[in-house]
Amino acid sequence: MGKERIRVYAWEFPVRLTHWLNVLSIVVLSVTGFYIGHPFSHAISSRQYIMGWMRFIHFTAAYLFLCSVIVRFYWAFVGNRYARWGALIPHTSRQWRDLVDAIKFYLFLSRKPPYAVGHTAFAGFVYLFIFLLYVWQIVSGFALYNLSAQTATSAALGGWLTGIMHLQTIRLYHHLGMYLLLAFAMAHIYIGWYLDSKERNGIMGSIFGGYKFVTGKEWE
Amino acid sequence: MGNDHFPEVTVYESMRDKGVSRREFLTFCSIMAATLALPASFAPRIAEALEKKKKPTVVWLEFQDCAGNSESFLRASSPTVKDIVLDVLNVEYHETIMAAAGHQAEKSLNDVVKNLKDQYIAVVEGSIPLKDGGVYCCVGGKTAADIVKEVCGNAMATLAVGTCAAYGGIPAARPNPTGAVGVADAVPGITVVNLPGCPVNVENITATVVHFLTFGSLPSLDKHGRPLFAYGKRIHDNCERRAHFDAGQFVRQWGDEGHRKGWCLYEMGCKGPETFKNCPRIKYNEGTSWPVGAGHGCIGCAEPAFWDKMTPFYRRLPHPPGFGVEKTADKVGAGLAAVTGAAIVAHGIGRIVSGGKKESE
Repeated sequence: MGKERIRVYAWEFPVRLTHWLNVLSIVVLSVTGFYIGHPFSHAISSRQYIMGWMRFIHFTAAYLFLCSVIVRFYWAFVGNRYARWGALIPHTSRQWRDLVDAIKFYLFLSRKPPYAVGHTAFAGFVYLFIFLLYVWQIVSGFALYNLSAQTATSAALGGWLTGIMHLQTIRLYHHLGMYLLLAFAMAHIYIGWYLDSKERNGIMGSIFGGYKFVTGKEWE
Repeated sequence: MGNDHFPEVTVYESMRDKGVSRREFLTFCSIMAATLALPASFAPRIAEALEKKKKPTVVWLEFQDCAGNSESFLRASSPTVKDIVLDVLNVEYHETIMAAAGHQAEKSLNDVVKNLKDQYIAVVEGSIPLKDGGVYCCVGGKTAADIVKEVCGNAMATLAVGTCAAYGGIPAARPNPTGAVGVADAVPGITVVNLPGCPVNVENITATVVHFLTFGSLPSLDKHGRPLFAYGKRIHDNCERRAHFDAGQFVRQWGDEGHRKGWCLYEMGCKGPETFKNCPRIKYNEGTSWPVGAGHGCIGCAEPAFWDKMTPFYRRLPHPPGFGVEKTADKVGAGLAAVTGAAIVAHGIGRIVSGGKKESE
């Protein structure tokens, strides 16, 4: 196998679309959610409606996020091999080996960067937890929304949670979930940029256009 | 009933004999209809029921409590409700206010349990300790657990008034040294209506009894065993300061301009957004005031495990477990983000330092 690079369509349109909808909604949800938790800007007139708008935007963005996560969940069943559950859940011995190798690489114990056409085993594993974190944010968010809205949707998606968990506990971990996503986003962008500079396979560009440029060795 | 010992008068007759006018009686019926979240057209139906139904016999038990619910029950200021509340109920036993003492008092309790099986209402105030055989609260040589089992087990229904009786309340706060629980946990399987609050609003006790007299059934309850008419709506959604919340006008410090102007107490840790009760509507002391009206945030006293879960009372969120008490969620979250950023920087520097070398296979 030579050093020549092959153009591979890794990320299909629904994967890219939901990725950017997640980015948009998470940014909006974080800013408005942080305001709801800590109203950092105060109204100077009672004719303003700052908290009202923040909550409206938060709830609207929450529905956008929900729809995006549902589409991505569906695509994990019908999408290409890089989008499927198999790419996220380490179930082959090769994935486990790659997972260990990747951890060694990030801890400076190895000099071999993790190569993969789609997600590396390590990235897939992290995304699985991020997906579970999304589910938690949705369920806990709708549990809190259900306190005032009490719609059939909010009751089904989160209302039941208040029967098994105290409201303040839900609120605390919904809030901490935002910080976990913030930490993830930082590491996600850094690692993407770092691997891109190391492997020159167009990871950063691939989430816009969908194509990665891999060497024959990776394509095995 | 048909027992000489227990009076056979209707609620209305009893009121009338005490000098309550017909107008005052009908006013009371309207108040009860409103408290039960019923339309005004139900007031005549309530009046009709109270004219016909006998006064229900009540025994009031006190265990691990501060008698605050009894205080609330007795502290109604205007004669109308005070007289009426005491007249709706035929209180046969109440340790704090009864004239009898010692064996005489215990006899009147035993008489009710023996002669009026399944016909009386038990009201319980205070939590019941179960640890070490229940020795931490004994009355007349019997443990609270045994008394509750006997008295509530033979009652038609039990009203657990106040948060201690409903969910264990303050005695059940961590580490709960006496193993305190609420009535429903102490005697599983009996009919209990929880009327939590610290203290309970007396209107809610009366309205529960009036509901029973009028419709022959107890009011429908939520998942924590509380009547929906009183605990179905969130305090935050009925709060008189809600408009300031939506506008974005918050008290940031006690005594600041916003506090003086009566703005929203959300940032001062008000637990109105997680507490379900009708405080904003009926208030306390006959509609005089209530905590938020008086300028202090709600502390969520009507919710299960409030002392453990609603603290700190002056902050929005509880402290994350496993960290020091002064760590707030935001400090932990910011720390997490900082550690991530530091890891990225460290990794980048590490790679630059070792960057000259070729990767080895």
